[in-house]
Amino acid sequence: MASQEEILEGLANIVNEIAGTDVEDVQLDKSFTEDLDIDSLSMVEVVVAAEEQFDVKIPDDDVKGLRTVGDAVDYILKAQG
Amino acid sequence: MGDLLVGKRILVTGVLTDASIAFHVARLAQEEGAEVVLTGFGRLSLVNRIAGRLPKPAPVIELDVTNQEHLDALADNVRQHVDGIDGVVHSIAFGPQDALGGNFLNTTYEDVSTAVQVSAFSLKSLTMAALPLKPEDGSLSVVGLDFDAQVAWPGYDWMGVAKAGLEATSRYLAKYLGEQNVRVNLVSAGPVKTMAARSIPGFDQFEGVWNEKAPLGWDLNDPEPAARGVVGLLSDWFPKTTGEVVHVDGGLHAMGA
Repeated sequence: MASQEEILEGLANIVNEIAGTDVEDVQLDKSFTEDLDIDSLSMVEVVVAAEEQFDVKIPDDDVKGLRTVGDAVDYILKAQG
Repeated sequence: MGDLLVGKRILVTGVLTDASIAFHVARLAQEEGAEVVLTGFGRLSLVNRIAGRLPKPAPVIELDVTNQEHLDALADNVRQHVDGIDGVVHSIAFGPQDALGGNFLNTTYEDVSTAVQVSAFSLKSLTMAALPLKPEDGSLSVVGLDFDAQVAWPGYDWMGVAKAGLEATSRYLAKYLGEQNVRVNLVSAGPVKTMAARSIPGFDQFEGVWNEKAPLGWDLNDPEPAARGVVGLLSDWFPKTTGEVVHVDGGLHAMGA
């Protein structure tokens, strides 16, 4: 199971790969759409990549609730458990 | 696992996420023995990731159906993976935002023409681009995904007009390509919650309509019934069916109220 720090680092790498955002900019309080330039299709790709990396399932209906990076980290932390 | 498509090579467009109807067509086709080649548009890295969720590996070729260079290169690109194609799945549609959502009376022709080009004319473009891949002594089954264009829907607007165009295009393709043993059919699916559906304003209203009227019932979260219909039409079990629209909609289209 990945720790909060490991999930944040993993997500930062994923966001960097998909949207080109600097890894250091991906912080817990950042909003995917407003701060990180992630549009709805990029978000789908981030979710798909995160599902694979952390071996979790994030249903579409839950993706809407993941506004910030912190939301996503918390979701993945819980979903692993 | 069955053997409905054993030995068949199927080109599947329109896979974007694992909620896409086309994803489930590709999955079922592989489970029924077919070799699948995917095409993707725009987000190829996403399509490649999603392709990794299929039961077997499937190559992804870039194809924008409005790009003549892509269309011209399609046959050669497909031949890098398989020698020919026995089936093509058209799961492609797009309408600019102003063409949907109740703006029908004010939509510009430019937006309308984009919707028609991507969603209807592309059935002809894709079919003709794939035609050189048809086995010389074999047949080709082209199956497109449709949303019933016989009636008006809330908010669907010019996409409904484009789908009417798709239905007519399929009939004319059936007419002109029949002598080459090409079948062209559509599956008119009930609403399914896909990425495409998210872009349709008022999509949620459909849920109530289907719950109330479809005699067999309908689950918006289940793309499999529509995918099964497509696989059936790709198989050898509809050898003399072409220019047809098969409704996979829980029976709703046949009900008056």
